[in-house]
Amino acid sequence: MSAALETKAVSVTFGRDRILDGVELAVPAGGWLAVIGPNGAGKSTLLRVLTGLVAFEGEVRYDGISASILGRRQLARRVALVPQQPEIPRELTVAEYVLLGRTPHIGYFAGERRSDQLAAERAIARLGLNRFANRRLGSLSGGELQRAVLARALAQEAPILLLDEPTSALDLGRQQLALELVDQLRCEAGLTVVSAMHDLTLASQFADTVLLLDSGRVVEQGLPVDVLTAEIVGAHYGAAVHVIRENGSVFVLPRREEARWEH
Amino acid sequence: MLEAPPAARGRTEAVAPAPPAPVSIQARGVAPLAGALGAAFLLGALLVGLGIGPARIAPLAIVGSLVSHAGVFHRSSPLDAVSDAILWQIRAPRVVLAALVGGMLAIAGSAYQGVFRNPLADPYLLGIAAGAGLGATLAFAYADLGANQGVILPLAAFAGASLAVAAAYVLGRSAGGAHSTVTLVLAGVVIALFMTAVQTFVQQQRAETLRAVYSWILGGFQTADWQEVAAVVPYIAFSCVMILLHRRVLDVLRLGDDEAASLGINVGRARLLLVFAATLGTAAAVAVSGLIGFVGIIVPHTIRLLVSPSYRAIVPLSLVGGAAFLVLADVLARTVLSPAELPIGVVTACFGAPFFALVLRSTRGVAL
Repeated sequence: MSAALETKAVSVTFGRDRILDGVELAVPAGGWLAVIGPNGAGKSTLLRVLTGLVAFEGEVRYDGISASILGRRQLARRVALVPQQPEIPRELTVAEYVLLGRTPHIGYFAGERRSDQLAAERAIARLGLNRFANRRLGSLSGGELQRAVLARALAQEAPILLLDEPTSALDLGRQQLALELVDQLRCEAGLTVVSAMHDLTLASQFADTVLLLDSGRVVEQGLPVDVLTAEIVGAHYGAAVHVIRENGSVFVLPRREEARWEH
Repeated sequence: MLEAPPAARGRTEAVAPAPPAPVSIQARGVAPLAGALGAAFLLGALLVGLGIGPARIAPLAIVGSLVSHAGVFHRSSPLDAVSDAILWQIRAPRVVLAALVGGMLAIAGSAYQGVFRNPLADPYLLGIAAGAGLGATLAFAYADLGANQGVILPLAAFAGASLAVAAAYVLGRSAGGAHSTVTLVLAGVVIALFMTAVQTFVQQQRAETLRAVYSWILGGFQTADWQEVAAVVPYIAFSCVMILLHRRVLDVLRLGDDEAASLGINVGRARLLLVFAATLGTAAAVAVSGLIGFVGIIVPHTIRLLVSPSYRAIVPLSLVGGAAFLVLADVLARTVLSPAELPIGVVTACFGAPFFALVLRSTRGVAL
């Protein structure tokens, strides 16, 4: 059986810079892969490759079908992207915004049909946004907005959900809430999730595999407990960390080695 | 795919199961009331435009005459031959041309605002009208227009307008990124100034065409006849249909290039189609009416504020509202100083300049 999402030797070059170099990954259907790595490692570019937004060498396969034979619309029916900083048209209502997620299912010159309204309605209900359906996006709080963006991606009804730093704008409680929500959607709707993540502890708790990128190369890939060791994180992030393992969970904590400055 | 069986429910309950409350999941398009009001406004404006002038013609007489000319019911016209000629040979082409140009400038404004994601984008501010003006001036100066004026002028204007919009976009993008509201407008102003300077140079070189060019630039519909109407209708009809068909895509483009692309839209192609259609229609409008500013910014913004911020409402209602607005502006232009005529661009500027200042204040340089 082929993986829901698979890449073979994917490379991206901008000018003379090699942003991604021979990336290989495979995510089984219903899995959650967290892409981790220091700033500039190529996490966002990898997600853009998987969404078909950037030209690349190599091959990306969705359910065994090569991206090269999929049109833009067909791709959009397979992959939904939640960008790190989504563009928010503040005057649109939540319902209107979520309906835009139906675009890959609507003819270029056509309007929404009843089935599109129903799909948007399901997405809105699933994210508990019924109360907000007719509120303007500009009047929502950060957490509510995050849910609206997720609802739009969900309305796309694509089997693969890509999240670029989904929690970077949220406080600790809302980070957990948002990721629980994604996990719930993954289980209920059978989604395959790939997320770029900064917070290694959260990555280890939600993803079933992690992929560590550094300078565009995959340096480690596997179970969170195997990848997230003090040595590996220290080597690639240039950080001093303390890793605690407890009941199968991994906690990656920053650690100050010694006072570096003389007082 | 999303209908997972209850057994597969998540291991966590981050969100309470949503009560099946009835919510209206619809995009705000043109509501029946707004559509009816828009149509009534346009109809009223047309009747005012047809009725007011040195010879006043009552609305009922206009309708009666229209019915008799249409040949239905076999009624004779309630108007005498002179009034009938004034109505259908002088006033009607003028009013129809004003409506076509006004609708075109307004719908093009809404398209530019959507494509460039910029509330201040407008055929005039982007230098498109100045480019069309330069193209037309070159045609006046160096081409033997003669009987082909109706064919050559729109094409020459279109060539100039395309050059201007491309230049403004490239300059604005290189200077301030794609999303900067003010940079694009500044670039448009620079392009407009440059195009106007070249136009002045051409006029000075070919002084014998000065009068024709100048009276054309001043704009207006004094010389309107059915031939002019027939010359622009194909361009304006094509352009309006293209933009109307894109009204949903314009809403998708609000999400930015990446997100629109991730939703399956070929952003480059959509933008090209829309700019091509809007520029072609604007050029045709400019070719017959001269330079008339501010319509493309006043009308879409009023609809945005009064009716709905969705392009599904803005685009069709701009067409209707722009048509009515310019017909009424033309009525003012020919009545305020009667029997002399005010250039119509002066009338629209009197409304437009304060309005523009208001929009600028309320947006404060934020992209839509």
